[in-house]
Amino acid sequence: MTKASALPQFEDHQNQTHKYTTCYMCACRCGIKVTLEDEKIRFIQGNPNHPVNKGVLCAKGNAGIMKQLSPAKLNKPLLRKPDSERGAAEFEEISWDRALDILTERLANIRATDPRRLAYFTGRDQMQALTGLWASQFGTYNWAAHGGFCSVNMAAAGLYTMGHAFWEFGDPDWDQTKYFMLWGVAEDHASNPIKIGLKKLKERGAKFVAVNPVRTGYQSIADEWLALKPGTDGLLALAMIHVLLRDGQIDDEFLIRYTNAPQLVVNTPGQVGDGLLWRDGDDATQVYDQLTESFAPAMSADIAPALMGEFETPDGVPVRTVFSILLDKYMDPQYSPAAVAKECGIDAATIERIALEMAHVAFQESITLGIEWTDWAGRKQTQFIGRPVSMHAMRGVSAHSNGFQTCRAIHLLQILLGTIDCPGGHLAKPPFPKHIVPPIKPAKVNAPNTPLESAPLGFPTCPEDLLIDEQGQPQRIDKAYSWDAPIAAHGLMHMVISNAVAGDPYPIDTLMLFMANMAWNSSMNTSETMDMLRAKDADGNYKIPFIVTCDAFNSETVAFSDLVLPDTTYLERYDTISMLDRPISEPDAACDAVRIPVVDANRDVLSWQEVMVEVAGRLKLPAFTNAQGQPKYENYKDFIINFERAPGIGFLAGWRGENGDQSLLGAPNPKQWEAYEENECFFKYELAPNQRYMRHANLDYLTLAKEAAWVGSTEQIVIELYSETLQKFRLAGQGLYDGPQPTEENQKQRLVRYFDPLPSYYSPLEQQSVSSEEYPFYAITQRPMFMYHSWDSQNAWLRQIMSQNYLYMHRQTALDMGINDFDWAWVESRSGKIRVQVKHMEGVNPNTVWTWNAIAKQGGAWGLSDDTNEAKQGFLMNHLISELLPSDKGGSRMTNSDPITGQAAWYDLQVKITPATAGEEGSWPQFAPLKSPPGYTPAPTKQGYASHTNVNLNRPWSDIFGRRSS
Amino acid sequence: MKLGLAIDLDTCVGCHACATACKQWNTSGTIGPLTDTNPYGKDPNGAWLNRIRTFEVDESPLSKTVNMPLSCMHCEDAACVTVCPTGASYKRDEDGIVLIDQDRCMGCNLCAWACPYGARELDPGSGTMKKCTLCVDRIYDEQLPEAERQPACVITCPTNSRVFGDFDDPESEVSKLQKQREGKPLMPELGYNPVNTYLPPREPIERPQGGKVLGKVKQIVNRIIHR
Ligand code: SF4
Ligand code: SF4
Ligand code: SF4
Ligand code: SF4
Repeated sequence: MTKASALPQFEDHQNQTHKYTTCYMCACRCGIKVTLEDEKIRFIQGNPNHPVNKGVLCAKGNAGIMKQLSPAKLNKPLLRKPDSERGAAEFEEISWDRALDILTERLANIRATDPRRLAYFTGRDQMQALTGLWASQFGTYNWAAHGGFCSVNMAAAGLYTMGHAFWEFGDPDWDQTKYFMLWGVAEDHASNPIKIGLKKLKERGAKFVAVNPVRTGYQSIADEWLALKPGTDGLLALAMIHVLLRDGQIDDEFLIRYTNAPQLVVNTPGQVGDGLLWRDGDDATQVYDQLTESFAPAMSADIAPALMGEFETPDGVPVRTVFSILLDKYMDPQYSPAAVAKECGIDAATIERIALEMAHVAFQESITLGIEWTDWAGRKQTQFIGRPVSMHAMRGVSAHSNGFQTCRAIHLLQILLGTIDCPGGHLAKPPFPKHIVPPIKPAKVNAPNTPLESAPLGFPTCPEDLLIDEQGQPQRIDKAYSWDAPIAAHGLMHMVISNAVAGDPYPIDTLMLFMANMAWNSSMNTSETMDMLRAKDADGNYKIPFIVTCDAFNSETVAFSDLVLPDTTYLERYDTISMLDRPISEPDAACDAVRIPVVDANRDVLSWQEVMVEVAGRLKLPAFTNAQGQPKYENYKDFIINFERAPGIGFLAGWRGENGDQSLLGAPNPKQWEAYEENECFFKYELAPNQRYMRHANLDYLTLAKEAAWVGSTEQIVIELYSETLQKFRLAGQGLYDGPQPTEENQKQRLVRYFDPLPSYYSPLEQQSVSSEEYPFYAITQRPMFMYHSWDSQNAWLRQIMSQNYLYMHRQTALDMGINDFDWAWVESRSGKIRVQVKHMEGVNPNTVWTWNAIAKQGGAWGLSDDTNEAKQGFLMNHLISELLPSDKGGSRMTNSDPITGQAAWYDLQVKITPATAGEEGSWPQFAPLKSPPGYTPAPTKQGYASHTNVNLNRPWSDIFGRRSS
Repeated sequence: MKLGLAIDLDTCVGCHACATACKQWNTSGTIGPLTDTNPYGKDPNGAWLNRIRTFEVDESPLSKTVNMPLSCMHCEDAACVTVCPTGASYKRDEDGIVLIDQDRCMGCNLCAWACPYGARELDPGSGTMKKCTLCVDRIYDEQLPEAERQPACVITCPTNSRVFGDFDDPESEVSKLQKQREGKPLMPELGYNPVNTYLPPREPIERPQGGKVLGKVKQIVNRIIHR
């Protein structure tokens, strides 16, 4: 705009500075530019150059000033008063020296005796590479982040199928896709990248189909909304697969070249080895080559494998191709649209139409990019062919106990259409794709004063990889990698407290939590979890003897801690968003980023990564100790610069080498932090055009990926429609495995039933065990966009958007039950009861009720007053969800989780609803308000933040007179 | 000039980013501070210049969810201005922005009653009326990088559903969008002649089905495809 008239100088730009860093309010990790004046924040805006957010910010990022000003910030380390009870929030302030002495002494003792008695679990954090390294150096395998109740089904299904996954490991090709299906994504996972992408595709006239029981957020702008019944996404995907197969609408070239569809599977039901891939003497999987009319190693070039067929090996073993098995399975009438329509709540014609619309886009509207590239066999290719159909899926798929198989079914749908890592399809993001499955096995041995031989978490490929003892009993405190959850690649954080208190499989000494609100909204079964944290043995000692919590804010969990370590806010810390961790890469670029402090912490706080490095030095963990036995790293910054996982590979990939002129790998650069700071705190390594697609079979890409240590070899990554890994577990359940096998009947049954080597559907476990007549509603939760991942009820601006959650019900259904808008009602599950306020809506599956999660808070927590709406009217659905399934006939109770990955099944919930009687108002249960921590400054009852005195724009006198006279 | 916003209802996901960006910028902007009462207590509420309303149209199963950002429309016939007894409310000649002179406003609320769009909010701190300034303190500020001389809500919108510009200039993006997408004013029948325009949701297009002809599955034969 050109200046239209003389305006006052509103901003004193001379007095303002700009600093770049990275947002922390969710896992998107957008780049931000912060304008400061007089040490106050004037404005936080998106960095237009940043690969993730390209200049935009969400509501949380825009409310960062209020996050920084939160009255819930902790000020100083806290120690529970010796005569006080857990949960009473009676603390004394102590010095950092004392806090670190207490912690180090306790941990040194555990490490010298039985390191697994430390259970270390982290919540919504973004530094698992550091905390995982720390745990493995400490020597405890009882470590995980919150993936076990968030997204392990998605990550594991993707990695076990195609070497990358939805969300952090892959993205739809927003720029070229012409048909997009969104499965079970409320308003989150991801935030800004999805919004930016949806705009692009709507501008292009691409079709957007949303599968979700609830129509809010992203679904509100979908061209078509499928209000399916919760937990049936897998069945819907398999019905579409049925249609595609029936009509021959599949990319057979893609299947033959890039997947294990033509590979031969042993077909000897009831015998040891049935269902495994048939291998020759050199252990190579086989196909039937139509050119030579003979068997050939599957990985050979220049053969023409048969997609279908049954054969007999020279030794007389019957074999058939993966595709033949697949065809048999999915052509069964049970998968026809008509057969699934009722169960899914979607009519057959719609299922059929959408499947065929996608086929049209894939095969009639394909994209050809004339870019030369080299395939895995070293052959020049002249073009990339794109099948511009893409998908994204998250919470609504992952949080069901059938989520792993459902996610595999969605991937199979994509693969049959040939839409994997091609233009317009679902693209991998470096350092993905990985070979299937990533060659990291979970560490198995814990020994005093000894690091683990590998990472605590990994990817099992057979029963031998489980963490079980000779009797088949679980070894990890969360029972990950046991028969209960064999492929628990992210652990089972939701089981830790319950198992530790039960001493099953053994008691622990210390529970260390970082940014995990386990005494409130991050636990299933919240009230009982609080009781467990307070539970004592016969001698009056706490069953979990010591609880350490690190958080920047006064969460509900702080009250239950023995030692509280106050963290910095995101604007006060050094941090890395590393490719060794949860990367922020884009499909066409490998990216990482840092945080640098933009404001000073005016409190006695230390960032958790600083504490990790310091305590590691004090404990003399080998990777943190030099040859003289002294701490190797001065602080976190020093650690980040100098730590190398392998020569040349560190936490940050940018500006490596002594002179800072190397990318991806190179010697440590003493000026690396400065280089990041100069470059707006992010690093972006763009892939060449020939490295951007078909990366599972692209030598140009795989060569780079090997150099950068993203993959171990340049061999083709063969997509696994058929998972031999799953079949090995199934054989163990059938008693046909040559190796460890379960002894308990229910474990055997679970393996046989759920470990189908091809994507399959089964009803969610809770739905199998509770009566739908008694509990007729499916109950789910979603995260509002302005709170996603952030529990920002302490944010003065965001809580004005919402400070109370309601139970949303289908209007007609509610009216039929005599429940009016804003009435109170009781909601009851097999394990609990809550009272909630109901709101009607139209855009919801009639048998589904839902609410916004993590709005409810305990009075007094998060800097809130005792009588806030969050505490008095808000409610947690968590009270209704048990971490255990109902007992089986033998009385044993299994974890309420996906039987394959152990993902917490908090979307499986079924409830009944009854109107509250007159006078029953307010949410229930209620909890006594929490006492404020020492040093707490009560929040003001009125506030108007401004970083400078505002410059008013006066109405000119001429205007006043001019107008009045006219 | 006739400055205003074109807001795309086809792509607004109701994320509230524009509302908080507006609050953030303007609390230290010319019309700030924007005061909040009970920010950490019961019934928190404060002055906002832009709010998102989400509502449903039609009945299940054909219901649609619409997200509707609402800020001042900078009306051409703005009764909020004519009713103002102190002359604090005015519409600028040069660009049509409707503003409130904070030194003149006495907080009488007449303008808020006159505004049918709920765009005016009385600040509980200053006792004066607040409303969207169209970020007059950004759009003309030549010391901001050129790309940033845009309203705070516009630069932050993740779906790029807010476009700022001059409706008098037929070549401006807002004029073009208004034309191409048949942008509509809100409640034109009231005669306020709002400048802001809302781009209606696009109509779904019918899509062709099926494409590849391998034949029905029974007839699929193994093709010779080289690996
Ligand atoms: S909260 Fe997440 S999406 Fe929002 S600005 Fe921050 S990192 Fe980006
Ligand atoms: S920021 Fe954009 S998408 Fe979000 S509510 Fe505002 S206009 Fe809608
Ligand atoms: S929207 Fe309301 S406040 Fe804005 S100009 Fe029109 S009448 Fe006045
Ligand atoms: S133009 Fe400025 S004042 Fe108006 S709604 Fe947008 S950010 Fe708020």
